[in-house]
Amino acid sequence: MSDPVPTPVAPAAPERRVSGVPIRLEHVTKRYPGQDRPAVDDVSLEIAAGETVMFVGPSGCGKTTLLKMINRLIEPTSGRIFLGDEDVTNQDPDRLRRRIGYVIQAGGLFPHMTVATNVGMVPRMLGWEKPRIAERIDELLDLVGLDPDVYRDRYPRELSGGQQQRVGVARALAADPPVLLMDEPFGAVDPITRHRLQDELIAIQGEIGKTIVFVTHDFDEALKLGDRIVVFDVGARIVQYDTPEAILADPAEEYVAKFVGAGATLKQLTLTRVNSLELRPATTATVGEAAAAAVARARAAGDELIVVLDRRGRPISWPTVAEVSRMTTIPATVDEKLPVVGLGSTLSDALDTMLAASQGGAVVLGRRDRLAGVVTVEMIMDVVQRTRQEAAG
Amino acid sequence: MWDFLVDRRGQIAYQAFQHVSLVVQCVLLGTLIALVLAALVYRNPVATSLANGLSAVGLTIPAFALLGILLAPFGFGIAPAVIAVTFYATLPVLRNAVVGLAGVDRSVIESARGIGMSRPATLLRIELPLAWPVILAGIRISTQMVMGIAAIAAYVLGPGLGGFIFTGLARLGGANALESALVGTIAIVVLALVLDLLLLVVGRLTTPRGIRV
Ligand SMILES: Nc1ncnc2c1ncn2[C@@H]1O[C@H](COP(=O)(O)OP(=O)(O)OP(=O)(O)O)[C@@H](O)[C@H]1O
Ligand SMILES: [Mg+2]
Repeated sequence: MSDPVPTPVAPAAPERRVSGVPIRLEHVTKRYPGQDRPAVDDVSLEIAAGETVMFVGPSGCGKTTLLKMINRLIEPTSGRIFLGDEDVTNQDPDRLRRRIGYVIQAGGLFPHMTVATNVGMVPRMLGWEKPRIAERIDELLDLVGLDPDVYRDRYPRELSGGQQQRVGVARALAADPPVLLMDEPFGAVDPITRHRLQDELIAIQGEIGKTIVFVTHDFDEALKLGDRIVVFDVGARIVQYDTPEAILADPAEEYVAKFVGAGATLKQLTLTRVNSLELRPATTATVGEAAAAAVARARAAGDELIVVLDRRGRPISWPTVAEVSRMTTIPATVDEKLPVVGLGSTLSDALDTMLAASQGGAVVLGRRDRLAGVVTVEMIMDVVQRTRQEAAG
Repeated sequence: MWDFLVDRRGQIAYQAFQHVSLVVQCVLLGTLIALVLAALVYRNPVATSLANGLSAVGLTIPAFALLGILLAPFGFGIAPAVIAVTFYATLPVLRNAVVGLAGVDRSVIESARGIGMSRPATLLRIELPLAWPVILAGIRISTQMVMGIAAIAAYVLGPGLGGFIFTGLARLGGANALESALVGTIAIVVLALVLDLLLLVVGRLTTPRGIRV
């Protein structure tokens, strides 16, 4: 599985797979009874298949209302909604929802059911065979970075907030729906966990290519995750619908500029992802192997640190060569503070992570939590320098 | 006292069985009625306050009065006893079921609906199981209360230990009168405790591990 030879584990750039379908909203309006202004006022919007589109805008502007009309948790007052070529406005809502993944804040897991039962809910409703459901549950838990053997039989309250959210995502993906709706899914977790969840979502989306509609309050999250961003104003009026780069470079109105906030150079760090850097290869060692061999490899490669991998090839700690040379075998100790980022992480996340861990670098995870290399503070500073020079020159 | 117990042990055991059987069956029936009523009203605020009002007011009706009223249409015997006991058994369960169902986290229900669970499925698989600990607490209250009310049902010649109490009280001062009333009362208290213990065990067994406190 994991080889102890020091290799840069640069991932082959994957062909982007698209399994999603386009979403088209035509003149959609929602008027809640007893309110003089519609919460969503005549909105038309097209979302391309396989894209992640972020909804941002002030509180109460109608983002959630618009999102929930797509799976008809809220019935539009007027207008039509299409998934692919299908008009969903007249379909049986329960059937429709089984084909649309839905993730809300804190996961909305069923507290009286195990992780496996939660994740297997939609396939069961769709009448899948038991063995196929069990297989699918393990596959999904693996996809969201939870070891099925450890977590399958746990109850939601026996999980951390971040793990609950992962299960929420796994449940939404269970029946392989073409569309995923997410309403501030990472709003309730701490910043570090949020960054990790975002990284994982990017990695997962790279594998599955769904059409994702994602509501957020956090503009940096929108920049990081979105292929495109929709900036809304009251009544779900679309102020700007464009790529993150275009919105940063050229905000449509004063209002968007305010929303984007100051510090555009530093925002570039939010737009540059770790996978665009040339990652440094790291010397690796696998739990249980002789320490001396690992030390020899590190010295040969000129590395001062050794990334320790568990038996599944996932990094668990990052000791110095000096520390390792005092050991006989590589221990299985997991360093809770190990600074890790994903390939999809932004440079600003990577800096945050390093600062939080007081380290000059971070371990970069590729697909399925395998090691992709390391990123250092110097590499990021280089990018800042270059952006500055480009802006100046 | 001891002689009384030994002499009448057959009769006491038989009436104790009758008493418990009346209570258990009426509580089961009452729970069923309460759950159906709660499921009908819990989503409608007006109906919910109506149901809460009903359970509050219903519990203030004296058992004697209700039994007296029931005598007219049903006469003496088992029918008025069952009706009265079921009536009282229903009320605490109804109140707790409404409270329990209303207390289920909205976001859990929303995600159930959001992944395509139908309304009835959401009620059966999500809301009722999550409200179950509260409902069960209602069933325990109801069982305790109804153990006493079932004794009063002896007034209309219903089955159970109430017979000992009433005959004892009617002949107070006579031979074995006090013993009779005491035996009836103590047996009811002991049986109530035993039933409560059983319900506690049922609660442990039927509450999903994920929501056990
Ligand atoms: N069920 C409802 N009944 C009546 N009005 C509602 C209902 N749900 C939302 N509204 C109103 O509709 C408007 C839009 O609400 P919505 O929840 O879509 O906003 P949002 O953009 O998601 O806000 P936030 O960012 O705070 O989540 C708000 O003014 C809100 O008060
Ligand atoms: Mg919202």
